[in-house]
Amino acid sequence: MMRTINFTLNGQPVSTAIEPHRNLVELLQRFDLFGARESCGQGLCGCCTVLVDDMAVSGCLYFAVWVDGKSVTTVEHLDAEGSLSVVQQAFIDCGAFQCGFCTPGFVLMTHQLLKAYPNPSDDDIRHYLSGNLCRCAAYPEIIEAVKLAARR
Amino acid sequence: MNQVGRDIPRLEVRAKVTGRADYTHNLRLPGMLYGKVFRATVPHGRIRCIETGAARAVPGVQCVVTGEDIRKLIAEPYYGPAFHDQPILALDKVRHVGEPVAVVLASDPHVAEHAAQLIDAEYQELPAVYDEVAAMQPDIVVHDMLKPAGTFADLKHLKGRTGTNIALDFHLRRGDVDAALARAERVIEHTFKTQQCLHLAFEPFVAVADPGDGVLTIHTSNQTPSFVRTEIARLFGWPENRVRVKVPYLGGGFGAKVYVKLEALVSALALLVRRPVKIALTMEEQFYMITKHPTTFRIKSGVGKDGRVVARACEVYWNGGAYADIGPRVTQKSGFTAPGPYDIENINIDSYALYTNRTPAGALRGFGIPQLVWAYESHTDLIARELGIDPIDFRRKNILHQNRPQASGTPMTDAAIAKVLDAIAARLAWNKKLDRGSGTVRRGRGVAIGFKASISPTTSVAIVNVAADGSTTLYTSTVDMGQGSDTAFAQIAAEVLDFKAEDIRIVHPDTDVTPYDMGTLGSRSLFHMGNAVRLAAEDARAKLQALAAQAGLPEGTNYPPAEVFKKRFGMQAGNVIGAASFVPTYKSPDAQTGLSDNVTPFWMVGGAGAEVEVDTETGDVRVLRLVNAVDCGKPINPGVARTQLSGAAIMQLGFTLSEAMQLDAGQVTNASLADYKIPGIRDVPPMENELVEAEQHTGPFGAKGLGESGTFGVSPAIANAIHDAVGVRIMELPITAEVVFRALRAQQGRPLEDA
Ligand code: FES
Ligand code: FES
Repeated sequence: MMRTINFTLNGQPVSTAIEPHRNLVELLQRFDLFGARESCGQGLCGCCTVLVDDMAVSGCLYFAVWVDGKSVTTVEHLDAEGSLSVVQQAFIDCGAFQCGFCTPGFVLMTHQLLKAYPNPSDDDIRHYLSGNLCRCAAYPEIIEAVKLAARR
Repeated sequence: MNQVGRDIPRLEVRAKVTGRADYTHNLRLPGMLYGKVFRATVPHGRIRCIETGAARAVPGVQCVVTGEDIRKLIAEPYYGPAFHDQPILALDKVRHVGEPVAVVLASDPHVAEHAAQLIDAEYQELPAVYDEVAAMQPDIVVHDMLKPAGTFADLKHLKGRTGTNIALDFHLRRGDVDAALARAERVIEHTFKTQQCLHLAFEPFVAVADPGDGVLTIHTSNQTPSFVRTEIARLFGWPENRVRVKVPYLGGGFGAKVYVKLEALVSALALLVRRPVKIALTMEEQFYMITKHPTTFRIKSGVGKDGRVVARACEVYWNGGAYADIGPRVTQKSGFTAPGPYDIENINIDSYALYTNRTPAGALRGFGIPQLVWAYESHTDLIARELGIDPIDFRRKNILHQNRPQASGTPMTDAAIAKVLDAIAARLAWNKKLDRGSGTVRRGRGVAIGFKASISPTTSVAIVNVAADGSTTLYTSTVDMGQGSDTAFAQIAAEVLDFKAEDIRIVHPDTDVTPYDMGTLGSRSLFHMGNAVRLAAEDARAKLQALAAQAGLPEGTNYPPAEVFKKRFGMQAGNVIGAASFVPTYKSPDAQTGLSDNVTPFWMVGGAGAEVEVDTETGDVRVLRLVNAVDCGKPINPGVARTQLSGAAIMQLGFTLSEAMQLDAGQVTNASLADYKIPGIRDVPPMENELVEAEQHTGPFGAKGLGESGTFGVSPAIANAIHDAVGVRIMELPITAEVVFRALRAQQGRPLEDA
């Protein structure tokens, strides 16, 4: 049983038919967007983070049909203007990842974090990013990257 | 141009922060089917029947495949790096819960998943064995007959035994331990244990096989592409050139993705259905693939009046689970380091790789070393306490110095043990008194150091290709899973050729294109492949000079390569290809004594110091400070090296304080990130990471590997600090609040009842 949904994807209006049991990660894969990745599948690691109407959601637990009428932004959109976002550049400058599998999730959450806390303390950062996990444990460098991005 | 020692960002940073980095996870091929694995529900049993009818009837299901179907394609469908003991799908017997029994193929993964739930299997259940010490007795035998693989040079001695769970036993005899213990002033003995835990890379295992037309292509998240090619070709009875293995970036490996994991299965399925097949595991399924060995380690030391250890006897039991994987190498390679980095005249080591009915165990960041260091550094601390000697002084008195023979007889050359220990002591300000707290919150501190041998004998081959415009491409089969090998190799090649590292392009493993490498494991890449890259670049440099001579350019002048090509070929044309193999020398341990004066091409050294706070009312342990120090020779990229050190220490912190697979009658009861707690951003203590100044004279530009060294000391440093704080000794990992609380209550003479 397909349902047709219309939504804005990285600034472009799109339309597709999809079954109601598919999640947002699967929907994005149909558009060849692989930056949101399913890892734990339980809403615990944040590898699947996507912005829906500017709010971070776990793509693994978010049904695709829910984006109908909404605006979806993925990590691939952050350099749409050609240059990296301040957060992305700060992640590079601080070496805030190793394998990079969790990185899109951390980058998107950091964008949201800096909106809520333009000058975050270490505690703010730890608290805000506690829903994102990194098995390579680049946490100390991630905290540095967030602070660097805030300073810039 | 000083490319080595530069703190450049990893070459692939842009791809990673934009989400565009290429992982096997992303790959979809036309006509591709998705496989969902149906798994064993009993730990040990004979397969009576597998009911697949209901699954086959699901609309959209292409087919259901069992072990018997695979046997029609491959007469002996067993694989493994040490023993050919693991069937592609279970045959006759299942040996652990979660073992793959059947696969459903469908073009929609949800359909495959739904259908797999409709499969039913019946087993004649057999008694199971879970404990490594119990498995020493042949009452319950996991494999009727052991079949050594004979693939690797260092595992040629394995035997085809029957009626036993001992896959390999390694024995080392040095001096006369019995006599020395009899003469010793004191003899101190302990038994330590470690738990079963696992890698949990965030990109779960995934592989795609494309049957092709005469050439099978495997795209996989794997650390050993060359081995996969050899092993898959062997299974099908093909020449290696009919198998192509491609590996893009890995979303973490940590030793899980070595040797064959999903590759034999997807390949057999793809050939059966003549369509590409992808299998991607879920996080839960990773708990049934590969884990870290639980261990029991009995350690006994004799100490003289002067505080010198005169004899040490080590018995180590490695719980390898249902299939040997690389456990036998862990048992031997790590086994001979069991007495620790100490200069001890009389040593016995008995190290056993055992089969049990658990998820198989293999390599996990440290290859068994963290389990050993946990025991010998806890033991060392206890001896120092018993003798009333400061634990740092006691270690200084006993450590191995430059060129002294280690237990195996191989000299400790370029191993900065004393420097690592000194660095930790200095950072902890060990000479100053610690504020020990008061009331119900007590503080303490502890240190630990460990070491590891690298793997040998192994081969690494590299190719450097200089194009006619001077731009350069490097071909290796080393897998960059986040450790930064691409960047380090670019720096090495650039240093030799006098280029800029950022301008060198790295071709990722593709066995049709990139040459042989034994594997990205055991922190071997920077040393082994790094040396091969250096030699290949030197070869290219010599050929460029020869080309310049042919072109009539005066010797000794430094013409840019583009000009040399132009001059020689009259236009932008031609190539210079530099190639080299690196194979360090090696001497197998003597069959009787286990001794060899050349077991490793280099030594890794790592240590940790911890300050902790223990809440005596709850048993809660807070790490106030964690100091990590390693000898990585001269770092090629200090920034990347430091993050490797930090990441390894945090990972080990998880194995120390929280991570443990819970088993109930062979079932893993916490197989998810919700119930298996890994470190999060709030669990990271204040840390200091130090690369001590050292040089590996045989390494590329003085460097050596360090991806594992940061794990070595963490667990015992914390246990030693807890003892220092509240006087209780934890003998088994992980050190949860409950464990500490129980120990505190036992210390007060009010033990808690068992849960
Ligand atoms: S995959 Fe969605 S939170 Fe882990
Ligand atoms: S960088 Fe590997 S999981 Fe975060």
